[in-house]
Amino acid sequence: MAHGPAKGLGRWLFTTNHKDIGTLYLLFSFAMFLLGGAFAMIIRAELFQPGMQLIEPEFFIQMTTMHGLVMVFGAIMPAFVGLANWMIPLMIGAPDMALPRMNNLSFWILPFAFAILVSTLFMEGGGPNFGWTFYAPLSTTYAPDSVNYFIFSMHIMGASSIMGSINIIATVMNMRAPGMTYMKMPLFVWTWLITAFLLVAVMPVLAGAVTMMLMDINFGTSFFNAAGGGDPVLFQHVFWFFGHPEVYIIILPAFGVVSQIIPTYSRKPLFGYSSMVYATAAIAFLSFVVWAHHMFTVGMPIAGELYFMYATMLIAVPTGVKVFNWITTMYRGALTYETPMLFSIAFVILFTFGGFTGLMLSVAAADIQYHDTYFVVAHFHYVMVAGAVFSGTAAVYYWLPKWCGRMYDETMGKVQFWVAFIAFNITFMPQHFLGLAGMPRRYSDYGLQFTDWNMVSSVGAFLYGGAQLLLLYNIVRTVKYGQLIDDPKVWEGAIGLEWLVPTPAPYHTFVKPPVIKEGAVGAEEWLIDETPSYASYKTVTDAG
Amino acid sequence: MASEGTYYVPEQSKLPIFCAAAMGVMAFGAASWVIEGGDPFIFLCGLALMTVVMWQWWSLVIDENMQGLADEQLKHSYVLGMLWFIFSEVMFFAAFFGALFYVRFFVNAWIGGEASFGMFDNTPTDAAVANNELLWTGYERQWPVMETPDQAVNGESALFKGPDRSMSLPLWEYPVSQWLSKLYTLLPWLPLWNTVILLTSSFTVHVAHNGLKAGDRAVFLRYLGITVMLGFLFLGLQVAEYYEAYAHYGLTLESGIYGTTFFMLTGFHGAHVTLGTVMLLIQLVRGMKGQFSQDDQFGFEAASWYWHFVDVVWLGLFLVVYIFG
Repeated sequence: MAHGPAKGLGRWLFTTNHKDIGTLYLLFSFAMFLLGGAFAMIIRAELFQPGMQLIEPEFFIQMTTMHGLVMVFGAIMPAFVGLANWMIPLMIGAPDMALPRMNNLSFWILPFAFAILVSTLFMEGGGPNFGWTFYAPLSTTYAPDSVNYFIFSMHIMGASSIMGSINIIATVMNMRAPGMTYMKMPLFVWTWLITAFLLVAVMPVLAGAVTMMLMDINFGTSFFNAAGGGDPVLFQHVFWFFGHPEVYIIILPAFGVVSQIIPTYSRKPLFGYSSMVYATAAIAFLSFVVWAHHMFTVGMPIAGELYFMYATMLIAVPTGVKVFNWITTMYRGALTYETPMLFSIAFVILFTFGGFTGLMLSVAAADIQYHDTYFVVAHFHYVMVAGAVFSGTAAVYYWLPKWCGRMYDETMGKVQFWVAFIAFNITFMPQHFLGLAGMPRRYSDYGLQFTDWNMVSSVGAFLYGGAQLLLLYNIVRTVKYGQLIDDPKVWEGAIGLEWLVPTPAPYHTFVKPPVIKEGAVGAEEWLIDETPSYASYKTVTDAG
Repeated sequence: MASEGTYYVPEQSKLPIFCAAAMGVMAFGAASWVIEGGDPFIFLCGLALMTVVMWQWWSLVIDENMQGLADEQLKHSYVLGMLWFIFSEVMFFAAFFGALFYVRFFVNAWIGGEASFGMFDNTPTDAAVANNELLWTGYERQWPVMETPDQAVNGESALFKGPDRSMSLPLWEYPVSQWLSKLYTLLPWLPLWNTVILLTSSFTVHVAHNGLKAGDRAVFLRYLGITVMLGFLFLGLQVAEYYEAYAHYGLTLESGIYGTTFFMLTGFHGAHVTLGTVMLLIQLVRGMKGQFSQDDQFGFEAASWYWHFVDVVWLGLFLVVYIFG
């Protein structure tokens, strides 16, 4: 194993290093985040006023579709895979990911997949215009030719996800340092292990769904065509069997991040560690058996509606356990409010809010009113943006000093937080009112009575977009000019293996595995015992 | 778990990014190929690049193993990787099996104006009745779907025409009392032979494995060779069955939902058998080169797990597509 990174561009193209690959994932996801954000800005600019101002309706629907696809598959998922790549080997005391070359393959598929996907916008007939859920027959019978490019790009994206997840599972199951038992693993590792399992289980189902589309479009099959004996609703069942676990794939690693950050700035161990693990597993299990709550208005038998309603409500129980534990961790803690903590607290509050609107949507009878309105849009942006994106932002602020050995500007971080927090609520809170008043989603125009709240929402959206540029500036500034630090711990209350390696983290860590002492999770004794690779651990161990 | 600290982390490699590029070119090429007027040139370029990359990659891994770089822990990573990959394949098939069940037990009833699973009573819902009366008038619930809803409404001008014959167990055409005397109808029924072939091949691959573990190279090579031949035999019979379906049964991809589910399920299974056969063939060549030893044989083991997996999928297909199809 070479001692340092290779020189030049080749370092990034041919790397097998988990930290390099983590960085690549994070950079790619931020680029996609800005692209998807630009699509959102186009949407909000058009919706600022009723009537058609800037773009054609055909282009508008392509924008809503691509915004969803790029944000879900290009921004949020790769962001958390990037965090997993960086942090899991550090957290469990592994020299790298289990299968380093496959790790690089998983990443490099993504730029190709998204190049294909985004290129459809420039093709004859335009890009995907059927919503990110690509329901048949919109995505089959009535789709532009470019749908075929969409299908195959989803195929290779799925292959990337499956390989990435298998890598994470193999790493967690096989690469833990001696003494790092499952119930001593940091929660971020736990949530990712379960997420990876969900991904391996449902990405093939997505591949099945797009394959059925491909066959219906080009080879005369009738999966989604009632004339041949199939059913368009079959598409929704297959899609949501993937799609519902998918939303937990997005949010579970976010739970993990917040479960790392809150104890640090509360200077207390996480409350209810084992119940957090079991709650995560319970959520993952339930995510497989609730998919049709996305389809309450499609015409299911009443027994189906009732079952999916009650099963969905059950998810509130393990989720409630988690929220309770985060709050109880903070209770009587010695709290400080650095930027990662602010984002995490906002996460807890706003995610809970989004969870409650989810509970409203789970009531089948009420959902008939809410279905496909802006209420749904508001709901899932509260859990996707204030949930996953806030958590991802918190993670970047939290671990950035460890990654690059430089401290970010705390004031700028706090300003960015408050702008993002306020702008987010200005954007999405009014969408609840719009939805309850009956404004449907995915339309490029609306009735005059919806004007005021749409204007408010659009103003908020541009502010929120601005906050992201501030984040980008803060990150670049930190990496280039940030104040140098060399404290391995970075944060006073931080506990875990990743805080015992030097800052910035060396290119190769834990070349020889550390040995984890007996002791309670999160407690001070939970430190390494033998430290063959780095002298600096020794001091920490002696002190402990 | 680690104790030695010898886990092999490979140096930089050009293979992954070329593999990703090959996948990108294949995806782009496949899409431009299926669109009307497209040709397979770009796809084939991607495929060629992919073949080269995969050859190089696996050669490298084998080479590293021969050099003794792969310790027990790394081998366990390979084991986990293969097992979870097979799990993902199981889920891929689950999507198609699920589609079959949903269409057969729910959609088919609703288009026919009947209740699906009557948990409490068997009264069809208003929606199902309206569906049948207004949209698909005259369609009767049936499986296999020999007359599509399209045919029920549009007759001869229908786009989706059901098949003349299905692939189901021939005995269903006779009352149970005659089954014994009609057993001979099973003789030309290819799925039965294919089941026998695949089950036998699962057994022979196991014998080969035992031979390898016992250090008996002759048994290993002989039984692995038999397994590969059985794999090719299965594929040959599958081709014969497809020919029969297209030429004599009027059963095609276009013949409604029965043809759709039949060809997609058996077709994807056949594709996986092809892959498994190639995997085993490569292991056979490697075995002849003497690359396996009594306690180092992961490449062969992984291929044999995959083979058992396609065997289990076939048993599922045999039950739900053929016997109760």
